[in-house]
Amino acid sequence: MSAYLIRRLLYAVPLLLGVNILTFLLFFVVNTPDDMARMQLGQKRVGPEAILDWKHERGYDLPLLWNEGAEGTAQVTETIFYQKSVGLFLFRFGRSDQGRDIGADIRTRMWPSLAIATPSLVLGVTVNVSLALLVVLFRLTYLEFWGMALCVALMSVSSLFYIIGGQYLFGKLLQLVPISGYDGGRDAWRFLILPLTISVISGIGSGVRWYRTLFLDEVEKDYVRTARAKGLGELRVLFTHVLRNALIPILTGIVVLLPLLFTGSLLNESFFAIPGLGSYTIDAIQQQDFAIVRSMVYLGSTLYILGLLLTDISYTLVDPRVRLH
Amino acid sequence: MGAASMPLLQVANLRTGFVQGGEVVRAVDGIDFQVEAGETFALVGESGSGKSVTALSVLRLLPQNGRILSGSVALAGEDLLQLPELMMGRVRGRRIGVIFQDPQTSLNPVLTVGTQIGEVLAWHGLRRGRAAVDRTLELLEQVGLPEPRRAVSAYPHQLSGGMRQRVMIAIALAGEPELLIADEPTTALDVTLQAQILVLLKTLQRDLGMALWLITHDLGIVAEMADRVAVMQSGRIVETADCKRFFARPEHPYSRQLLERLPRLSACRDHRDAGGDAPPPTLLEVRDFKVYYPVRKGVFQRIVDQVRAVDGVSLELPRGRTLALVGESGCGKTTLGKALLRLIDHNEGELRYDGVDLSRPGSDDAQRRLRAQMQIVFQDPFSAMNPRMLVGDIIEEGLRALRPEIGHESRRERVETLLVSVGLPPDARSRYPHEFSGGQRQRICIARALAVEPRLLVCDEPTSALDVSVQAQILALLVDLQRRLGLSYLFITHDLGVVAEIAHEVAVMFQGRIVEQGPTAQVLLAPAHPYTRRLLAAVPKLRCG
Amino acid sequence: MIPTLFWTDGLFFLVLVMAGALVLVMRRREHFRRPWRTVSRSTPAMVSLVVIAVYLAVGIVDSVHFFPRADAAGSAAGANEPISLLDHWLGGLRTRTEKTYSEPFAAYAYAKEHLPTADGGQRWDYPRLTYGGAHLVDPESERVRDIAVTGVRGAGQGGLMWLIAAAGIAALIARSRREPIGRVVHRVARGQTPLPWRAMLLTLLLLCVGGGAIAEWSAHYHVFGTDKVGADVLYQTIKSIRTGLLIGTLTTFVTLPLALVLGLAAGYFRGWADDLIQYLYTTLNSIPHVLLIAAAILLTQVYMAKHEEAFASLALRADLRLLFLCLILGLTNWTGLCRLLRAETLKLRELEYVQAARALGVRDHGILLRHILPNVFHIVLISVVLDFSGLVLAEAVLSYINIGVDPTTESWGNMINSARLELAREPPVWWSLAAAFVFMFTLVLAANLFADAVRDALDPRRAD
Repeated sequence: MSAYLIRRLLYAVPLLLGVNILTFLLFFVVNTPDDMARMQLGQKRVGPEAILDWKHERGYDLPLLWNEGAEGTAQVTETIFYQKSVGLFLFRFGRSDQGRDIGADIRTRMWPSLAIATPSLVLGVTVNVSLALLVVLFRLTYLEFWGMALCVALMSVSSLFYIIGGQYLFGKLLQLVPISGYDGGRDAWRFLILPLTISVISGIGSGVRWYRTLFLDEVEKDYVRTARAKGLGELRVLFTHVLRNALIPILTGIVVLLPLLFTGSLLNESFFAIPGLGSYTIDAIQQQDFAIVRSMVYLGSTLYILGLLLTDISYTLVDPRVRLH
Repeated sequence: MGAASMPLLQVANLRTGFVQGGEVVRAVDGIDFQVEAGETFALVGESGSGKSVTALSVLRLLPQNGRILSGSVALAGEDLLQLPELMMGRVRGRRIGVIFQDPQTSLNPVLTVGTQIGEVLAWHGLRRGRAAVDRTLELLEQVGLPEPRRAVSAYPHQLSGGMRQRVMIAIALAGEPELLIADEPTTALDVTLQAQILVLLKTLQRDLGMALWLITHDLGIVAEMADRVAVMQSGRIVETADCKRFFARPEHPYSRQLLERLPRLSACRDHRDAGGDAPPPTLLEVRDFKVYYPVRKGVFQRIVDQVRAVDGVSLELPRGRTLALVGESGCGKTTLGKALLRLIDHNEGELRYDGVDLSRPGSDDAQRRLRAQMQIVFQDPFSAMNPRMLVGDIIEEGLRALRPEIGHESRRERVETLLVSVGLPPDARSRYPHEFSGGQRQRICIARALAVEPRLLVCDEPTSALDVSVQAQILALLVDLQRRLGLSYLFITHDLGVVAEIAHEVAVMFQGRIVEQGPTAQVLLAPAHPYTRRLLAAVPKLRCG
Repeated sequence: MIPTLFWTDGLFFLVLVMAGALVLVMRRREHFRRPWRTVSRSTPAMVSLVVIAVYLAVGIVDSVHFFPRADAAGSAAGANEPISLLDHWLGGLRTRTEKTYSEPFAAYAYAKEHLPTADGGQRWDYPRLTYGGAHLVDPESERVRDIAVTGVRGAGQGGLMWLIAAAGIAALIARSRREPIGRVVHRVARGQTPLPWRAMLLTLLLLCVGGGAIAEWSAHYHVFGTDKVGADVLYQTIKSIRTGLLIGTLTTFVTLPLALVLGLAAGYFRGWADDLIQYLYTTLNSIPHVLLIAAAILLTQVYMAKHEEAFASLALRADLRLLFLCLILGLTNWTGLCRLLRAETLKLRELEYVQAARALGVRDHGILLRHILPNVFHIVLISVVLDFSGLVLAEAVLSYINIGVDPTTESWGNMINSARLELAREPPVWWSLAAAFVFMFTLVLAANLFADAVRDALDPRRAD
């Protein structure tokens, strides 16, 4: 078990290295800092001095990989790769192109993200699993048919419409909650309830369908027939036998998402003006702040890899058959 | 007196079908039978004859597309088909217990053995709390599980196949049923285990005084277990008889056919074939052959141990002869067969084919052609052919690969000749495998192997997925081909009856090693090694009682 | 008229040709004919197919581009920009722009203006639209009646077209089955044909009647209103169809080759190749897709800014950005299919028919081509149809974050993005959203229903 975990941890190293090199290639080699500077400063008639200044302020005026002009280890350290990419391994994100401290931004902004993403996930899974169980319980009836038809319709609606429609209905017409905004204090729930509801509703279509297939996969199996042959009632069969087995793919599917809760949801946060990491990322994309986008790429990948690791561990906890070597 | 004369289970005019593409396909077509209290009743038939469907209909556990069309199922006079589902739940598991074929899939993998047994006790309100635990232990002891205390908290995957089937039996017994349905209870088990489970079932039935309804395809088991027998053929019962009478004087032609085709140990082949000539030259010679699978552990996946699948085997196969490799599942016989064809790499040992050393690595054309002289026929004719290819393309694939020089026309002729020689019409060429039955498919597989004119066929359980009547035909075809083409067979099987019918020599394999080897008659009739004796003892004899 | 071919046009037609070739190949294979026959008997699937076919027809017509006559005075703005056949046919819709917002079927503008009165003074009122309802003398009294009359006339014309089409179809069925046409009509009407012709024809009737009415209306009104700069919303949403279809289909040019080659290689050869490929897709997968797309699009923008001279034409620029978006979406999308194919290949390579082929001396490429590929192909098909609707939806989200198609390209995402704040106005401007919603929802729903039927029929685990 511990040997397995150590091995998985070690495997994360080349993965992180791969992500790091990929981002480095994307952000510094395919397009040079000169291009970024020109883009940021406006397209035309930018003097070379202005570009040099812009690069110098942000530390982009170094060689990419090898500094000929420096001495000793500085040949390696005084480079863009060392300064901008290697630091990511230690979560040193540096400064944004606008000069803000990205690390500090992330630390303050992850809390609102967490505050909205966590209840969304918990509530979403609960609702979807319950509805899916209900559909499976009533399989081969009209309830199943129309339930599934509704799910297909629900998942054919763009998530943008859920948000826009929800804001219009609850925020503007009914005036139940504020349309957008965020408050860290006691009143937070007033701002959270609408994004929360919308994220749950918009996930129902695909969620219920997905969990239903998981349940149906189990319902066909031999051990379920054994359970019925014991005389157990349908509810009992579903809850103790089917659900218990389907929990394995359900739980492990959720675990991989857990670390990513920190980065929040892009759409929700930006529509509802929640000052989390999701809206931070979108703002960065729209302002074309490469330093922030690069940091978020790396952070997101790290959290995903962490999620993979947690998934491996969770298998050992929920599935008695799995013993990892 | 009326109640006493009433049979425990009375099935009358039962018809069951499956909805497929809007039509109802009949699986059980109007059958009548009864099971008396305390007796053992056997329902015999080949796969697809509808015997399992009958059991599921009685329990009302048919799959979703199954429909009971008509008839009645009376348990002690009460029609089960008329009961509301809620009441049916009090019959299942309580008054009728059931054991399914495959204990591997029939137990819930994520619940402990104790939970799965205790659930029955609690649901039917038989025992609670402390008493339920005691009763669970008692049941596990009753079905002969060693260390019941440990087994209670074990998960199914931690138990062996035989132990799992014992747990299944314990579950079925937990409700103290009047009727126990055993649907092919030993088919998924090894021969030696089969015998143990059968003995257990019989003892339990006698001790608990319940009725046992046995469903099986194996007449040997019927002879050993049953009081009465009913033979089922394509959805109908063709003969019902007292067991003694049935084996002595079967009435229906189909019953007779089934009985005749049972392989018998006494009819050993070498008696028939014994020619006076000197022994033929050796075709295949294997010396000290080893196939190990590494066991990796630790952070860096170092190889810490080996699973010795094949552990130093030496064999000799003469030209034109059949060597049977006998053993239970997991003994390494299939691994050995595949390694001989280099489908799996071997670790050590010498492999000489017709005097040429094939054990060295390398894959130049000459070696490739030489290796193609050894071909393989697999157990499952359903997965042995690419479902996306026409039979003709399947058969000529080897020719295309090894003899690209042969033209289109002559290739076609060869395919048609091959099809005829395995007893199929030449126009089978332009059809897909799924259009053929199991036996026909196995014939196509044989034709595919013969296409490249091999001199040695490795037959890996080629008949064990087939029904008895078809088995005999395939065996006859193999014997016939051997006579005509001078083929050598390495015949891998666990079925000693088949061995008797086809093999000149037998090698018994146990835990990766050959424990006994010799002429068929000698090994089967005068076994020397204790393991061989155990194997032979486990074969059901056609004696009633 | 000088025809021209955009990159996306060419690739779109290539997709269509390849799909057609695939259909021909599959028609000859029994194991494909069978599941497709199941699909063809499913009512939701075939109704969806009718809808998809109509969208596809619009997309195709919108993918034939040409420069309008070069001899016309070059001074007219945009005369050197190519237009599509669809633009040509919908010429009126394209050019009849108002000043700013107007409601669907409106005759007056959305905002008040200072209008000169008859007596030379000014009043503060809603001005009449330049085109919408311009033929009416007194909109207050005539408008509703005129809309009804025009609508009925259009619907009638549509119905007539449908009748001709339905008669043609019935005649074709009658000829192929050698039955009197009366019997065929009778059986279709009672829903007794193997293919759900009744449902398909009813769908077609709905589309014909609706389409006819809209066509007739749109000659005099803005059926879905106009947007901020007065452009017709109906025109925008029709033009968005092509964008949606391209995003959903061109992506396969990247997805399929990558997933097939790498998935099969990893599963079949195992060992270091497997390790490497798994590493590759885990790494790629670990990067949040939106961010990867964002990064790639940002970089394209930088590249285009740097090489401005190469993208002289606005249309060319927008087209390349669309193409690039498809490629990027493909690059983030192949890992799922690759993983599925790898797992399936791992299973297949141990199957007995593959082992038998190896024993027969068949070489690796022969086994991969004849045994593995045909037996994983249904997975590829299922994944392509399942991905389609997701990609159409993704376009909207990406365009909202400004990393989707070029802002000048008509797309549902751009429509939503530019209209989303206007719901806050008083009265709310809802029609752009409504138009985008209706057209997008219809396509995605049809695609989802069709994909479900395809998956149910082709997936051997679900088929029985």
